[in-house]
Amino acid sequence: MTFPESNDRRKKIGQAVMFGVSKGISYGIVALLFLILFFIIKQGIGVISWEFLTAMPTDGMTKGGIYPAIIGTLYLVGGSMLFAFPVGVMAGIYVNEYAVSGPMKRFINMMTNNLAGVPSIIFGLFGMALFVNQMGFGASILAGSLTLGLLALPIVIRTTEESLKSVDDTFRQASYALGGSKLYTIRKVVLPIALPNILTGLILAVGRVSGETAPILFTVAAYFLPRLPNSIMDQCMALPYHLYVISTSGTQIEASRPIAYGTAFVLVAIVLIVNILAALLRNYFGKKVKMN
Amino acid sequence: MSNKIETIDVNLHYGDFHALKDISLGIPENSVTALIGPSGCGKSTYLRLFNRMNDLIPETRITGKVLLDGENIYKIKATKIDALRRNVGMVFQKPNPFPKSIFENVAYGLRVNGITDKSFIEGQVEKTLHQAALWDEVKDKLKKSAFELSGGQQQRLCIARALAIEPSIILMDEPASALDPISTGKIEDLIFELKSEFTIVIVTHNMQQAGRVSDYTGFFYLGSLIEFGKTRKIFTNPSKQETENYISGRFG
Amino acid sequence: MRLRKITEPVFERLIKICGYSSGFIVLLIVIFLFKEGISFFNLSPVDEGSTLWVHNSNPVKELDAAQIKDIFDQKIDNWKAIGGNDQPIELFTLDELGEAFTAEQLGPKFEYLPKCIDSYMDSLPGAIGFFPEKQTVGLLKSAKEVEVDKVSFSTFISDTEWFPTSRPAARMGIMPLLLGTLLVSFFAILFALPLGLAASIYLAEIADDRVRKILKPIIELLAGIPSVVYGFFGLVVIVPFVQNTFNLPVGETALAGSIVLAIMALPTIITVSEDALRTTPRAMKEASLALGASQWQTIRKVIVPYAASGITAAAILGIGRAIGETMAALMVTGNSAIMPHSLLQPVRTIPATIAAELGEAPFGGLHFKALFALGCILFIITLIINLLVERVSAKRR
Repeated sequence: MTFPESNDRRKKIGQAVMFGVSKGISYGIVALLFLILFFIIKQGIGVISWEFLTAMPTDGMTKGGIYPAIIGTLYLVGGSMLFAFPVGVMAGIYVNEYAVSGPMKRFINMMTNNLAGVPSIIFGLFGMALFVNQMGFGASILAGSLTLGLLALPIVIRTTEESLKSVDDTFRQASYALGGSKLYTIRKVVLPIALPNILTGLILAVGRVSGETAPILFTVAAYFLPRLPNSIMDQCMALPYHLYVISTSGTQIEASRPIAYGTAFVLVAIVLIVNILAALLRNYFGKKVKMN
Repeated sequence: MSNKIETIDVNLHYGDFHALKDISLGIPENSVTALIGPSGCGKSTYLRLFNRMNDLIPETRITGKVLLDGENIYKIKATKIDALRRNVGMVFQKPNPFPKSIFENVAYGLRVNGITDKSFIEGQVEKTLHQAALWDEVKDKLKKSAFELSGGQQQRLCIARALAIEPSIILMDEPASALDPISTGKIEDLIFELKSEFTIVIVTHNMQQAGRVSDYTGFFYLGSLIEFGKTRKIFTNPSKQETENYISGRFG
Repeated sequence: MRLRKITEPVFERLIKICGYSSGFIVLLIVIFLFKEGISFFNLSPVDEGSTLWVHNSNPVKELDAAQIKDIFDQKIDNWKAIGGNDQPIELFTLDELGEAFTAEQLGPKFEYLPKCIDSYMDSLPGAIGFFPEKQTVGLLKSAKEVEVDKVSFSTFISDTEWFPTSRPAARMGIMPLLLGTLLVSFFAILFALPLGLAASIYLAEIADDRVRKILKPIIELLAGIPSVVYGFFGLVVIVPFVQNTFNLPVGETALAGSIVLAIMALPTIITVSEDALRTTPRAMKEASLALGASQWQTIRKVIVPYAASGITAAAILGIGRAIGETMAALMVTGNSAIMPHSLLQPVRTIPATIAAELGEAPFGGLHFKALFALGCILFIITLIINLLVERVSAKRR
C-alpha cells in the first residue's frame, strides 16, 4: 500500500508546532506565577521594615504598620488549628483505621469531599448564623477561628487519611502479633510513622487558613482596630481582610497602596514559607522513613 | 528461503542494564517465528527492535545492525521511521483497542497516515475485519465502541487494526496471554492463516503455543540468544542444555 | 493497664464521633443556611411596619415589588398601565406631607398626621401613599391599603433586578447575579481550559521527568496563593490592563474577573487532567505509534479521548471553583448588579454579593434573609457540581 509521503512531513511539522505550543503555554503559566510573585515582592519589599511589621496602623491606615493584622492572623490560625487538627486527625484515623468499607464509609468520604468543595463565603454565612448569632459569640476571635477551623477540617482529614493509608499494613500486624490493642497500635506504631506526612498536611492547612478572607468577613474581622485583642471574644484585624479593605474601600486607596503592597508581600511570604517548609519536611522524613 | 529480518551483533542497554547481548539471528520470510524464554530474558525487547519501539524508552543504547529487507533500520532518516512502522504491525499482550468505534479503530492507521478516500477506507476496514475473522461478529455494530467487544474479539480487532495498513511483518507480544482458551484457539488459527502473506514474529512463554503455531523458534535466556532453529528440532532435540531444561519445564 | 481499659473505649468513641464530623457539619450548614434562606420567601418586600395606600375609588388592589419600584421611580405614571383608571399617579410620602401641611396642622406631636394623610388622600384620587403602619392602619377613611405580593421563589429566580435596599419595596431578583456568576465563570474556564489542557499534556506526555519535577510544584504553588492576593493583583495589574486595552471608562469588568479566575482555576485543571492523562495505558500509546502515528497524533486521537472523562472532571471542578470564588471576584468585577450584556461591563457574582452586602444588611431582616437565600442557591450549585464530578470520575473506574 502506498501512503502519501507529504503526510509524514506534515505530521512532523504539526507535531513540532504543537509540542512547541504546549511547551510555550506551560512555561508561560510558570512565567505568570513568577510575574505575580515578582510583582508583589518587588512592590512590597521596599515597604517591609521592622517598624512596618511591629507598628500600629495610623493616619487612616495610610501610614504605620500592620502589627495588629499579623497578630490577629496568628490568633485565627492558632485557634482554627486548635479545633481542626485534633478533630481532623481523629476523623482521618476513623476513616482509615476503623470505618469498614461500605455505604457508611462512602458517605463519610462523600461528605468530606462536599465539605472541601463548599465555597468559602458559605462558611462565612454559616459561621455568622451559628457561632455569631445562634451561639452568641458575636463577631469574635472564637467565632472566626471556629469558622476557619471548619474550612480547614477536610484538608486535615484528607491528609491524615492519605498519610495513614501509606503506612504499610505489616507494621500494624506486627504490633497486633505482639498483643497490642488496636488503639495502642495506632498510637504507638501507626501515628508515629505517619506523623511527618500529617504534619505536612497541617502546615498546608495553616497556609490555606492564613489567607482566607471570606469566612472571616462577618465572623471576626475588624476594619480598623489599632490595638491588640484582649480576649477571644474580641474582634481582631487579619492580614487578608486588611489587604482587601485598604485596596478597595476607604477614601485613601492611593495613599494606602504601599501598605497594601506590603501586606500582600507578607501574605505571599507566608505561602512561600509554608510550601517550602512542607517540601523540606516531606523530603527530610521521606528519606528517613521508608513507606510503601 | 530468504531472511526478512536479520540482526547482527545487536546489543541493547537500558541505562546500566545490558538487556540484549550480541544477538545475531535471521528470521525467514512468510513464516512464524516464536521467541521463547523466561520473563525478563529479553525476548520482548528483541521483538521491539524491529519497529523501533525501544526508542521511546529514555536512556536506551543500541549497537549492531538490524536489517529489514537488507536495510539497517537504525540508520534510516528520522522521517522514515513512520514508513518503517507502517511496514511492521504490532499486536500487544493485552487487547488495547482505542477509545473509538470498531470502525475507527481499524481505520486509525489509514487516517493517521494521510489516507482520506472514504470508500477506500471502508473497503479496507471490511477486508481486514474479514482477514481477522471478525467481520461476521461486528458487521452490524461498526459504530459501537470497541470496548463493548469481548476480550478475544478485542484482540482480533487489534490484529485487524494492524493489518489494515498492510504491513509485511507482524510482531505479536504474547497476544493470547490475557485470553481464555477458546479465544486463544481463534488467535492461533488466525496466525496460521496469516503466515502465507506475512512474516510473523511472536513472543510467548506458552511452550505449547510456540509448538503449535511456529515454524522457527528462538530461545532467549538472560539477554542472550541460546538457540535458534526449526521449531520441531528445538522442541524434540535441542542442542543446548539450557534449552532442554526450559522446554522440559525445569525452570522459568 | 486497667486504666487503659477505661480510656481506650472513651478514645475510640471520640474518634468515631470525629469521624462523622464532616457529615455532621455539612448537615449543620444545610440546616442553618436553609433555615434563614427559606424564611426569606413569603415575606413582604415592603419594609416592616410600612404600608401602601390608594384612594378608595382606585380599582387597583394589589401590586408587586416591580410595579411599586417603577411607580416610585416614576417609570409608571398612570394607573392605566397597571390595570387602574386612566389617571396620573401621584406619589405621596412623608416628604410631600411636610410640604402640603404646616407644622401646626400636623400637630406638635404629629398627632394629627393620620387626619392630614386622610384629607390629602381624599383630595387626590390618583395618589399612592407610603406611610408607617401606626399612622395609618384603621385611621384612614378615604384610602385603602394595597396588598403587596409576597416574595416568591419564582420572582426570586426570574426577576431581573437586584435592588435589595430600594424603598418602598425591595426588588430581589437573582437573575443578574446568577448570570453574572455564570458569565464570569464560563469565560474563566474558556480561557483556562485550553491553556491548562496544553500544560497538562506537556507535563504528562512531552516534558522529560526532570523538567516535570521542577514545573509541577511551581504550578501547584499557584493554588496556594490566597484569593485576596489574586484579587489585589487583578486590581492593580489586570484591571488597568483591561481598561487601557479596550479603552473603557472602568476596568473592573466581567473580563477582568474572568482573567483572574482563569489564573486561579489553572492549577486545578492542570493537576486533575494531568492525572487523567497519565492513566492511559502505555500499550495503547505504543499501539498508536506502531501504526505510524506521530506522538502528537497519538496524544490527540488516543490519549486525550481516553482521558476525556478526567478532563471533563477537571473542567467541572474548575467551574465550581470559579463559581464559588469570592474575594477575587469581589475585587475585580466592578460589583454592579445589573443584567450582564457584555464582557466589558461591570457585573457582580453571587458570592461577591453576599460578601459585599451582608455586613450592611440589618440582622434578621428581609435583605439579610435574601443573602442567605443566595447562599442556598450557591450551595446547591456547588453541591450539584461536586456530585457531577463524583459521577464523572466514578465512570472512569
